[in-house]
Amino acid sequence: MNDIEAEDLHLWRGDVQVLRGLTFVASGGECLQITGANGSGKTTLLRALCGLVPLEQGRIRWRGMDITADPSAYHSELAYLGHDNGLKGDLTATENLRFGLGLRRRITATDCAGALVRMGLAEHGDLPLRRLSAGQRRRVALARLSLTGAALWLLDEPAANLDAGGQQLLLQLLQAHVSTGCAAVVATHQLLELSDSPVRSVKLQ
Amino acid sequence: MSASRVSFPAAAALLMARDLRLAMRRAGDSLLPLGFFLVVTTLFPLSLDPELSLLRDIAPAALWVGALLSSLLALDLLFRDDGQDGALEQLALCGQPFAGLLLAKTAVHWLLTGLPLVLVAPLAATALGAPYAAMPGILAAVLLGTVALSLIGAVGAGLALSIRRNGPLLALLVLPLAVPVLIFGARATALAIQGEPVAAPLYLLGAIAVLSATLAPWALAAAVRIGLE
Repeated sequence: MNDIEAEDLHLWRGDVQVLRGLTFVASGGECLQITGANGSGKTTLLRALCGLVPLEQGRIRWRGMDITADPSAYHSELAYLGHDNGLKGDLTATENLRFGLGLRRRITATDCAGALVRMGLAEHGDLPLRRLSAGQRRRVALARLSLTGAALWLLDEPAANLDAGGQQLLLQLLQAHVSTGCAAVVATHQLLELSDSPVRSVKLQ
Repeated sequence: MSASRVSFPAAAALLMARDLRLAMRRAGDSLLPLGFFLVVTTLFPLSLDPELSLLRDIAPAALWVGALLSSLLALDLLFRDDGQDGALEQLALCGQPFAGLLLAKTAVHWLLTGLPLVLVAPLAATALGAPYAAMPGILAAVLLGTVALSLIGAVGAGLALSIRRNGPLLALLVLPLAVPVLIFGARATALAIQGEPVAAPLYLLGAIAVLSATLAPWALAAAVRIGLE
């Protein structure tokens, strides 16, 4: 089962205790949304769930196994979208997909073109990314996300810079992802409403 | 959608292809350290008496200090952009061995900044009065030395990743570690110019390069992970 469990998470950033005994489960087939004010630790939590930030106390389990037991296997199951898209401005959108996804799985030109079309970027595949707007770059990052095939999505403010159409595409992607039994944990200021799947939220203080 | 996994060699080759393509699109960044090396090494003959014996005496120091500073200048390019745009996080989380991917990036960095130094070293050495017979020894020393400098420097660049203006810290971290390369590289160059056997310092340079290639990937991965926290 595609469950991610966080148990009694404690984390300090300098003198500030960001996470205080946080416990939750995000099950396969559901989208867990993390809300909270600026600085409440949403990004830190997601980075801890990725394994990028070590915990002072607590455990995170993916499919029942501690994520530190086999990080490479865990990372191959997750896709992370942070504040920064992780895309290269000097490469085209298509090259970004090919090089970004090619590290994880075999990818064809048809896969890349199809994902860009679905994200409304059919005309922009051959343009250097630095010539696209911030919202268009986010759409390229979402196209990459949709092609990862990862069972766990960890998304940090995925709707940032997206217009109404882009937000709709994001909801469709999330809906399609969780409807296949996969899990998503999303840090967001505004709750995303999926039509056919359970959505729960955890508020960080 | 076929979700077949990619082997590590294929992933590393793809990452190297990506970095080479990015470098081609920003050729100026890659050429800067080479230009710096050429300017520094040619300034010595211009600023000293054009006496051949004097130039040959200072040639090892000029070549190796130039190579060391040039390699330091290039280190800033290694992880800076990938750290700023989030690409380094994506590398850390792609499910491939992170140490291996960082080694692949360092290999590209050497191809772009170390190999050009090897190729122009005979030119710089000639400007400093080195005889042609010394060129094989100088080439071998610079080849091994730049490999070691790239690997040692990459660890320093990883450690300094989270610091915005990291140039001075990078120099403080890397220069002491690079001293053995400087000593044995300069010694090999001096022996080559004098027409004496260069095997001993070359073996030591080779040992440093092999040791760096063995240990650097793990140290590098740990350093970059700290920078990503």
